[in-house]
Amino acid sequence: MEDPLYKDLIIEHFRDPRNRGHLECPDRSAHVKSPTCGDELRVTMCLEEDRITEIRFDGEGCAISQASASIASDAYIGMSAQAILELHEDWVTQLLGGPVSRSRRPCASLHLMAVRQALRH
Amino acid sequence: MASASACLEVRGDFPLLERGAAQPLVYLDSAATALKPKAVIAAMSHYYERATANVHRGSYPLAEEATEMYEEARARVAQLCNAPYEGTVFTRGTTEAINLVRLSWGRARIGAGDRVVVTEMEHHSNLLPWRALCEDSGAALDIMPVDSQGRLDMRDLLRLLDSERVKLVAVTHVSNVLGTINPVDSIVSACHKAGAACLIDGAQAVPHLPVDFTAISADFYVWSGHKALGPTGIGVLHADPSMLEEMPPLMLGGEMVQGVWPDRVEYKPPPWRFEAGTPPIAEAIGLGAAAEYLLSLGLGRVQAHDAVLTEHALARLQRMGGITTFGPAIADDRTGVVSFRLDGLHPHDLADLLGRRGICVRAGHHCAEPLSDRIGGPTTRMSFGPYTTTSDVDLCIDGLIEARDHFRSLTAL
Repeated sequence: MEDPLYKDLIIEHFRDPRNRGHLECPDRSAHVKSPTCGDELRVTMCLEEDRITEIRFDGEGCAISQASASIASDAYIGMSAQAILELHEDWVTQLLGGPVSRSRRPCASLHLMAVRQALRH
Repeated sequence: MASASACLEVRGDFPLLERGAAQPLVYLDSAATALKPKAVIAAMSHYYERATANVHRGSYPLAEEATEMYEEARARVAQLCNAPYEGTVFTRGTTEAINLVRLSWGRARIGAGDRVVVTEMEHHSNLLPWRALCEDSGAALDIMPVDSQGRLDMRDLLRLLDSERVKLVAVTHVSNVLGTINPVDSIVSACHKAGAACLIDGAQAVPHLPVDFTAISADFYVWSGHKALGPTGIGVLHADPSMLEEMPPLMLGGEMVQGVWPDRVEYKPPPWRFEAGTPPIAEAIGLGAAAEYLLSLGLGRVQAHDAVLTEHALARLQRMGGITTFGPAIADDRTGVVSFRLDGLHPHDLADLLGRRGICVRAGHHCAEPLSDRIGGPTTRMSFGPYTTTSDVDLCIDGLIEARDHFRSLTAL
């Protein structure tokens, strides 16, 4: 079954997710649900002068939502809250290296929703 | 044991199935929306091409023809569910019908200290309106649990009805996730004995089994056109005309008034008082054609057809191993809906992988989150229509085995 979305990058991160788990004393945290398939993602993060220094994701859901969070996690480190709030939605698909169907976009961008929610609080 | 000869052979009536010569379409999402037979599409085209006029207004022949077609559609729809013609209101769908009851009947009848009962297997459309009504009025909401077989226990209902303050029980006829057919006759009769009204959500029942509104004698019975082989944008509220007579109209405007004076307004009798503004005329005519089509198939035969497919799907899935299916074990206790969870492959990934092979299934919590939580999270659902074949079910199950094996090989350490 050839499938461009379930390609090496997604599978690699699904199998071996980076920055998985939660931080003991986070500065910010959030818990979000995907309206389409019920995926859940929790994020905890530490900030220094408004920049993310550490981040962890934890949750249950499809390969796309969980692997996307892992792929994005390193990119978040060093980013300022303002920069994250200003990110274009395309950033998420660029990280995945290919197009994402309309029905999977909420899964692929669930981590961004979580991070933004955490930063707003 | 359902017999394979009970299967309907009506695929030629559904033009969408001709789509995709290279990759045949395997449509197993009829619980979300059903495919439309040619007769429905033709009836709507006829209205637009040959008989367009507003209804209940003009006196020229074209307008009379349109009005005739619109009211004839109401008669067919009433006939489908053995409901009174004057007790058949066109709405925008099940959701609007339930909200109409909430805002028109509920706001006047339910107050602080009263109780409303729903079940754990409700679609959000038969949960959120009642939760809002309770929050607005100070009433309490009770939720009847489902058992491990995905069924309700009448003893739970009787216990809840012991409280004299239960004013309404809102329950689905058929679960959109489990396929469970609820014993609506006993539920309504228990409600009436206790002095409570009963609303039945028939969205998943009308396209799958014979529904007799008069025999069920629910106070309100609601359903959607598009799940019953009809168009989107139209649904139905059945109620006793005398019940509707006591309810204030929700939307005010053209068409629904008998007369307007400087100091007063007199509304039309039901059902027309609940159809303010220009109604969805083509959609009503399309739904009338869908009702006629279902009547010609015979709902008993549709139910037998569903039973063959359901039994076949459950038997094959349960032979697979590494899979959990949900809902009653006996095919006769359920309609053509089979939800399941595969070990090691999330429902959304599975639905995506199947979708790329032209196999359409739904994944997620199916707009019924409390039930989804109860059964351990999201599921994949296949759901059938009169055009579904055992070969569709086989293609889906072959596809999911392949998807699972492929995914396992990718993710194996």
